[in-house]
Amino acid sequence: MARPDTGKRIGWAAANTIAVVLTLIPVLWIVSLSFKTPAAITDASFWPSQWTWSNYSGILQTSQFIEPLLNSIGIGLIATVIAVLLASMAAYAVARLEFPGKQVLIGMALLIAMFPAISLVTPMFSIERALGLFNTWPGLIIPYVAFGLPLGIYILSAFFREIPWELEKAAKMDGATPFQAFTKVIAPLAAPGMVTTAILVFLFCWNEFLFAISFTSTIGARTAPAALAFFSGSSQFTSPTGPIAAAAVVITIPIIIFVLFFQRRIVAGLTSGAVKG
Amino acid sequence: MADIVLDQVTKRFPDGALAADKISLDIADGEFVILVGPSGCGKSTTLNMIAGLEDITEGELRIGGEVVNDKAPKDRDIAMVFQSYALYPHMTVRENMGFALKLARQPQSVIDDKVNEAARILDLTQHLHRKPANLSGGQRQRVAMGRAIVRDPAAFLMDEPLSNLDAKLRVQMRTEVSRLQRRLGTTMVYVTHDQTEAMTLGDRVAVMRNGVLQQVGTPQELYDRPDNLFVAGFIGSPAMNFMLATIDAGTMRTPLGETPVSGRLRQALDHANAPRELIIGIRPESFEDAALVPADARQNGIAFRATIDVLESMGSDVYVYFSKEIERGVDAAELAELARDSGRADTGGSGDTVVARIDTATRIREGDDAELWADLRSMHVFDPANGRNIALDLAGRGEHP
Repeated sequence: MARPDTGKRIGWAAANTIAVVLTLIPVLWIVSLSFKTPAAITDASFWPSQWTWSNYSGILQTSQFIEPLLNSIGIGLIATVIAVLLASMAAYAVARLEFPGKQVLIGMALLIAMFPAISLVTPMFSIERALGLFNTWPGLIIPYVAFGLPLGIYILSAFFREIPWELEKAAKMDGATPFQAFTKVIAPLAAPGMVTTAILVFLFCWNEFLFAISFTSTIGARTAPAALAFFSGSSQFTSPTGPIAAAAVVITIPIIIFVLFFQRRIVAGLTSGAVKG
Repeated sequence: MADIVLDQVTKRFPDGALAADKISLDIADGEFVILVGPSGCGKSTTLNMIAGLEDITEGELRIGGEVVNDKAPKDRDIAMVFQSYALYPHMTVRENMGFALKLARQPQSVIDDKVNEAARILDLTQHLHRKPANLSGGQRQRVAMGRAIVRDPAAFLMDEPLSNLDAKLRVQMRTEVSRLQRRLGTTMVYVTHDQTEAMTLGDRVAVMRNGVLQQVGTPQELYDRPDNLFVAGFIGSPAMNFMLATIDAGTMRTPLGETPVSGRLRQALDHANAPRELIIGIRPESFEDAALVPADARQNGIAFRATIDVLESMGSDVYVYFSKEIERGVDAAELAELARDSGRADTGGSGDTVVARIDTATRIREGDDAELWADLRSMHVFDPANGRNIALDLAGRGEHP
């Protein structure tokens, strides 16, 4: 095959560069802001003239940030585990079984994913108040699971469909109950799919802002993104730009590590060798 | 160890498609039975019903005298080898083979012993720690077999276990399967679409078409005395040559020439109330180079001239292909299906080609207008309307007309 002509290559390179730069500049900007002194925030220079750790040490010493950070981790992990567990079972049913109402179930899942969250906040707020879930971990975990499930079902059912059905038949012939076939054969093979789903659901929980700010009132259940909005300056006349930037950097780091760490595992390929191929 | 009895077993899918129609088959303990037929004939469905992977719509399935229609696969004590092998990719060979025993909560020492023994039989000992992805096709196939034999089941079911192997390995594994079955003495039901495999492996072969069992018998029985057009055309390679013949005033007019109708054949035809138009079937080996036929044998057949299109010398045999207008007006469903199955319909090869296997002593060359001879003693006569082998009905399944 002939190499694509040079003009085309340059065009693509330029487009890619622009896209990457556009994405990275705000990130670099917030990193830069987080290292600036309060006085330098508005000096309009891209890099701080004087680097300082004070923003970081400030936020890491206050429970106004540490507690929400722990909430974020706890709520995110619990919601992710529950969502992946439920989604894997539901996706297995969607991929493998014929049952009445299957199309309706898939449709409903899609519907939930499509629903604008803002339209649900008010009714859910009332429900949570009535059930005593307001400003509690479950009060966020439950809606996160609900919104993570459709995504999980979609990704995982695609993965389950890829797994040769004969493996399951073989497990049945080997004496496995359907549950054993699922846990011992299908689930291990769908592990890359589960990791992918887990990452995406966790990202969603980690970044979620609307529910987090609506269904919490104290740092007892407030997650980090919501807590950022409640940062205050050292006096009521200073804007807390520096600490917010530092907190934003802090909550971004785990995500970057998370994704880099699992990136390779997301790539499927575990099923090779199951059948001729 | 157990016998398997299918009693009027029927499978109807929810969409109404009939995959298996009243299949009745007795498989004796320790017997090696082959289910063979073109794709879509219901042979795999039948096997899956024995395995318990498909529900039985009607009829009864008994394994070891016990009705197992409603039993789960795991309670039927049978092992199955799949066409794709279906090895668990995340487990080593040892774990793959021991999986069933582990599920059955056998002690680890027993599992190890049985796996080691099976690995020894199948020559897999040095591969036990490897994962399926790192094995060759033949090794994977053996692991799949090993997974079945460690369980020491009442019966083995094999669903085209060799069709993913290359030709040479397939022949090798064919012998291996046969030896294994004899050694273990376990009842085996083996599904294949390959008639060569069916003929070489089984104690008995069951030919299926469109969900209907056509004929069950030893390979030789099926070859010598096919019940109908389909079995006649399916069994044997190269396939039997079919041509249209007309009976007219004691003479049979065939594309090869005319021949008087023998007394036995006339009786058979009368008995079967046969139409005047018939399909006759002649196997390739019933032909010979006329020059090589002793004069006193000539009267048993019919000599004719044909232009040789292609000549293939196989070393031990010579195959010659020539054209005759043979299937004009015949449009039996069986023939169409046979043509489809053999790929003749796809390759555009004309249905008029006749294949003959002749002695290597022949001097015939490609392009010659040669004189050939067909032995009519081994000719089969079929009713075009229903494909039945007419001559069999009277000949008492012994002699040919």
